[in-house]
Amino acid sequence: MESAFGALSKTMPHDQTRMMPPLLQLQGMTKSFPGVLANEAVDLEVMEGEIHALLGENGAGKSTLVKMIYGILKPDAGVMSWKNAPVNIQNPAVARALGIVMVFQHFSLFDSMSVLENIALGVERGTDKSELENRIVEISNRYGLPLDPGRHVYTLSVGERQRIEIIRCLLQNPKLLVMDEPTSVLTPQEVTKLFETLNRLSEEGVAILYISHKLNEIKALCRKATILRNGKVVASVEVESETPQSLAAKMMGEALQAPSARHHRKAGEVRLEIDGLHNTATDQFSISLKDIRLKVQSGEIVGIAGVAGNGQDELLRAINGEEMCQPADAIQINHQPCANQGPNQRRGLGMASIPEERLGYGAVPAMNLLQNTLLTAFQRLGLVKAGFVDNRRCKSFCLGILESFNVTSSGVLAEAGSLSGGNLQKFIVGREINQTPSVLVVSQPTWGVDAGAAQTIHHALHKLAENGTAILVISQDLDELMGLCDRIAAICSGTLTRAAPVSEITIEQIGMMMAGIENPGTEKSQDVCQPG
Amino acid sequence: MADILIAAILTIITAATPLVYAALGEMITEKSGVLNLGVEGMILVGAVAGFATIHSTGSAALAIFAGLAAGALLASVFALLVLGFQATQVATGLALTIFGIGVSALVGQDLVGIAYDGLPKISIPLLSSIPVIGPLLFQHDILVYGSFALVFLVAWFLKNTRPGLVLRAVGNSHDAAHAIGYPVIRIRYMAILFGGAMAGLAGAYLSLAYSPLWIENMSAGRGWIALALVVFATWRPWRVFFGAYLFGGITIFQLHAQAFGVGVPAQIMSMLPYLATIVVLVIISRDINKIKLNAPMCIGKPFHPTA
Amino acid sequence: MFVSLVKRPERSQWMVYLSPVIALAMTLVSGIILFQLMGVESGKALYAFFVEPITHKYGWAELGVKATPLILIGVALSVGFRANVWNIGAEGQLTLGAICGGGVALFFYGVDSVFVLPLMMVGGILGGMMWAAIPAFLRTRFNANEILTSLMLTYVATLLLSVLVHGPWRDPDGFNFPESRIFSDSATLPVIWAGTRLHLGWIITIAVVAAVWVLMSKTIVGFQVKVVGQAPLAGRHAGFSVNRVIWFSLLLGGAMAGLAGLFEVSGPIGQLLPVISPGYGFTAIIVAFVGRLHPVGVFFAGLLLALSYLGGESAQITMNLPLAVTGVFQGMLLFFLLACDVLIAYQFRLNMTRGAKYG
Repeated sequence: MESAFGALSKTMPHDQTRMMPPLLQLQGMTKSFPGVLANEAVDLEVMEGEIHALLGENGAGKSTLVKMIYGILKPDAGVMSWKNAPVNIQNPAVARALGIVMVFQHFSLFDSMSVLENIALGVERGTDKSELENRIVEISNRYGLPLDPGRHVYTLSVGERQRIEIIRCLLQNPKLLVMDEPTSVLTPQEVTKLFETLNRLSEEGVAILYISHKLNEIKALCRKATILRNGKVVASVEVESETPQSLAAKMMGEALQAPSARHHRKAGEVRLEIDGLHNTATDQFSISLKDIRLKVQSGEIVGIAGVAGNGQDELLRAINGEEMCQPADAIQINHQPCANQGPNQRRGLGMASIPEERLGYGAVPAMNLLQNTLLTAFQRLGLVKAGFVDNRRCKSFCLGILESFNVTSSGVLAEAGSLSGGNLQKFIVGREINQTPSVLVVSQPTWGVDAGAAQTIHHALHKLAENGTAILVISQDLDELMGLCDRIAAICSGTLTRAAPVSEITIEQIGMMMAGIENPGTEKSQDVCQPG
Repeated sequence: MADILIAAILTIITAATPLVYAALGEMITEKSGVLNLGVEGMILVGAVAGFATIHSTGSAALAIFAGLAAGALLASVFALLVLGFQATQVATGLALTIFGIGVSALVGQDLVGIAYDGLPKISIPLLSSIPVIGPLLFQHDILVYGSFALVFLVAWFLKNTRPGLVLRAVGNSHDAAHAIGYPVIRIRYMAILFGGAMAGLAGAYLSLAYSPLWIENMSAGRGWIALALVVFATWRPWRVFFGAYLFGGITIFQLHAQAFGVGVPAQIMSMLPYLATIVVLVIISRDINKIKLNAPMCIGKPFHPTA
Repeated sequence: MFVSLVKRPERSQWMVYLSPVIALAMTLVSGIILFQLMGVESGKALYAFFVEPITHKYGWAELGVKATPLILIGVALSVGFRANVWNIGAEGQLTLGAICGGGVALFFYGVDSVFVLPLMMVGGILGGMMWAAIPAFLRTRFNANEILTSLMLTYVATLLLSVLVHGPWRDPDGFNFPESRIFSDSATLPVIWAGTRLHLGWIITIAVVAAVWVLMSKTIVGFQVKVVGQAPLAGRHAGFSVNRVIWFSLLLGGAMAGLAGLFEVSGPIGQLLPVISPGYGFTAIIVAFVGRLHPVGVFFAGLLLALSYLGGESAQITMNLPLAVTGVFQGMLLFFLLACDVLIAYQFRLNMTRGAKYG
C-alpha cells in the first residue's frame, strides 16, 4: 500500500525545533474506567511542526489519551505541559484557547444544519457571519479543501464532512492539530490529498498528532511515532528507522502472527445471485440502489469496498430481507427468488447476515446471550415449538458458540452489552456461522475489535468458505478485503462495480472504483462519486 | 356584522393565547432534544398558582409571576429526573402530568367557586382608537401582548442569535455538541425551565383571563393539544403561532355553534378540537421525510456524557 | 467533592426489585412532610390512608374491586410499554368498553339469559379494541404519534359517553338524571365474596395476569415485543415486524381496558353514568411502571395503588382530607420510582478531586 503514498515527500522538521522545548508534553497520564485501565502512566512529547504518530491497535487507549489532551476526559493522574508550562485542560474551550484542535473519528457535525452553521458552532463566539464565510472560502482555497458553506451536512459525502471538521480547526490558527483515524472513511485518492494538506500545515509550523493503526500511512506521513499497547507506551521511535513489520511487532506484541497464507478454495455453483436490484431511498438520509448485479459462488468470498454512506447499509438490508423489493427474482438465494421476502423466509433459504452495528442491531444490549441467540437462530434451528421457546436447545447452541469462538463472558446469562466489542462480535459471527448458512453477508466484520478477535473472525470466515458457503463481505478496510477476498467490487452512490479478481487488481484501481471513476470490464467511466 | 366578527376574533385570540405560550415553550424544550409530556400538568399548576396569588394578594403582576414560577418549578423536577437521574422522558413527562393534576387540585380545593374580574385590559393610546384594528390588536391584557412578543422573540432567537444556534445544535446532536465543548445538560436544563415557565404562563392566562376562576382540570387537554401543535408546526415558531390560532378558531367555532343551537348535541361539538388535533397530526406525520428533516434529531434520547 | 453517576458494567438485578420499595418509602416520608405542611397530624393521616381501609373484611374486598381495573389495564399496558408503544389512552378505551358492553346490557334489558354477561364482555373487549385500533392504524399507516392520538380519543370517548347517557340511553324512569337504567341481574357480575362487592372480574383478572406472564416469558411473541421495544433495529434484523407489535400491543391494551370498563359498569356501578372511572386508565400507567412492567409486579403494584384510592376515600371521611391527595401520592410515587431506577443501570460515585464537570 505504501506505493500509494510514495510520491509524497516527508516533511523534515526545521533544525531549530530540536533546541526548543516540546510544544506539548505529557507525563504519567493515567485514566481508568470501571473495569478498564485505559491509560497507564503514558508519556508523550510533540514538537512544533512535527507530524507525530500515535500508533496502536483498537482498544490500546489512543482515543482516551487524545480526549484528555482535548479536555473531554479528565485524567486520574498525570501532568500536561504546554510550551514547558504545566496546564490544566478542563474542557475543550481551554484546549482551543491554547491552540489545540481536534478532528474526531466520528465527526462532531450537525446533520440538518448548514456547513456555515456547523463551522460557526466550532469557533469562538462573536464572529460575524459574512466575515466567517469569507474566511472559510479563503482557507478552503489555500489548503485545497473545496466546500460550499450553504449546503446542509446531510447532503455531503464523508470526505466533504471531514473537510468541515478540518476547516473548523484551521480557522482557529491551531498550534497542534489532533486527528483521530482520519483516513478510515476516505478513498486512497482522498487520503493522498489529505496528506498534502497535512504536510503543508506542518511546513507552516503546525504540529500534528496523528492517530492511526495503519502502518503504511504512518511510514508515509510521520516522523516520530509513539506506540501504545494495552494503555501503556511500549515504544517511542523515529519512523525513518522502522519498517512496517517492526512497527507492527511493537504495536501488537504477542498477538502478531504471520499473515495467513493465501487460501485455495474452489468456487462452486452460484449461491447468491443479485440481478438488476433497484431500491429507491426512503428519505434524504439514505441511498438508492441502482441496478445491482452480483453473483457469489459456493466456496467464494467476495468483497465490497466503498466509502461509508455509499449504499452499503442499504445493500445489506436488501440482501438480508430487512428491505423487501420487486421483482422477486432480483435476488436469488440457492436459485430461489426471494427479493420480496422478509428476513426469516430468506434464512429459511439458507441466508445469514451480520450487520455492521453490534449493539442494538446485531444484538440487543440489555438482553442476555441466550436471548440474543434466539434472536436470529430461532427459525433455522427450530428453537420455537407452537409459539413456546425451547430454552434447553437454545442454551446448548449458545454454549456451542461461546466455546467454538472463544467468547469471554460470564456465561450464557451475561448481558450482551457487558461484553467487550471483540467478544460480542465473535459471539454474533459465531451465532450466524454455527447455523451453517449457505450464504453469509457480513458488514465490517472486524470493525473496532482487537487484533485477536479479528484474527479469529477472519479464520472462521475462511473456514466457512472452504466448507462451501458463499460469503459477501462489505468493508471499508481495504487491507481486510485484500486479505479475505477472492474478488472485490466497489460501491459508490448506490452503484456496484463488477467484481474483479484480487490477483488482477491494485489498490489504486480499487480506489478509482470506490470513487466511481473506473469500473473494471466496462469501457465508459461513470460520473464522479457524489453520495447523498 | 363587523362588531360580531370583531367579537368572534377577539374570543379566538383569548382561546389561542394559552396555546401560543404552552406550545412555544414546549417547542424550545424540544429544540434542545427533550420531549416533555408534562405540559398539561405544568399548565394546571400555573393556573392554580396564578389564581391563588390573585386571590390572596390581588396583584395581577404577582399572579402572573406566580404562574410562571410554578410552571418552571414543576419543570425543574422533570429536568432533574430526566437530566440528572437519566429517567425516561416519556414516563417522567406522564408522571409530571399526573402529579400536576393532583397537586393543582389539592392546592386549589379552597379556591373553587371564587370569581375574579379578569386581567385588566391595556388600551394602547391612539392605536387602540383606530377602527377595527384598534380593538383587534391594541385593547388586550398584558399576556396577549406578551404572546405576540414571544413569537417574535422566539423566532428571532432561533434564527439570529448564537445561543439559539447552540440550542438547535444540542437538539440536533448532543454527542457532537458535547464533543465541541457545549454544556449539553445545562442548556437542556434552561430549555426545560423555559418550557415550564411558558406552560405556567399559559395556565395563568387560563385562570386569570380566559375564564377567570379555578376549577379542577380546567386546562381540558390544552397541554396535549400544545404538544400536537409543535409537531403540526414542524418545530417552527410562526407555524406554532398560526396553528394555535387555528385551534383557537375551532374552539370558538364549536362554542358559538353550540350557542346558536346547531342541531347536534353539545358534546359532539366539544369533540371538535380533539378530533382536529388528530387530523392535523395525521396530515403532518404521514410525510416522514418532513418530520425527519425538521424534528430535532436527538428528541427523546437520553444523554450521558461517557467520554 | 461531588457525586457523579457511573454506569454499572451490568444492570443491577437487586435494584430492579429494591427501587419500588425505596420509592414507596420516600413517598411515605414525603407524605409525612406534606401532611405537616397541611397542618394535619401525619401519623393519624397515614394510618387513615394506608392502614384503616384494610382493617376489615369489606376493606379487603374493596381493595380487590379497585385493583381489578388497575391490574387488568396495567398488565396489558406493561406489554405495550415494553414494546415502546405508549398507549396512554386506556381511560378512553375503558370508556368505550363500558359503552359497548353496557350497550349490550341495555339492548338485552330484561332478558334473563346466561349468555348476556359473556356477550357484554365480548362487547366490552371489542369496544376497547376498536378504540385502540384507531391510534394503531394512524401510527402504522400515517406515523402519527400514538401518545397524542390515544389521549385525544380519551376526551372524545368521555364526551361520547356523556352524549349517550344524556340522550338516547337515559333511563326513561330516571327523573331526567343523566344515567342509564340499572342493569338487570343477568347483566350484573356475580359477587364472589358474599357481603362484599368483590366480583367475578377479580378471578378473570388473576387469570389474565397468569396468561400475560406466560406470554411474555415463555413465548416467541413476548420475546418479539421485548426485542422490538429495546432495539427496533435488532428486531428488524431478526425479521420481527414493528407494525405487528404495535397492533398487538395496542389491541391488547384496548381489549383489557375495555374489559375493565365493562367490569366497572356491570360490577360495582351497575349502570352507565357520565363518569365511570376515577382515572383508572391513567393510574394503570403508574401501576405498570411500579410493577416493573412485569405481570407479577403489576399485580402487587395494582393492589398498592388500589389502596391509595381507598386511602384517599377513607382519609376524606375520617379526617376531611381532600381526595386530590391520592393523585399527589400517585404522582410522587412514580417520580421517586423513576429517580430510583437510575440505580439499576448506574451507581453513584463520590469524586474527591475537584474538576471540570460539564456537559
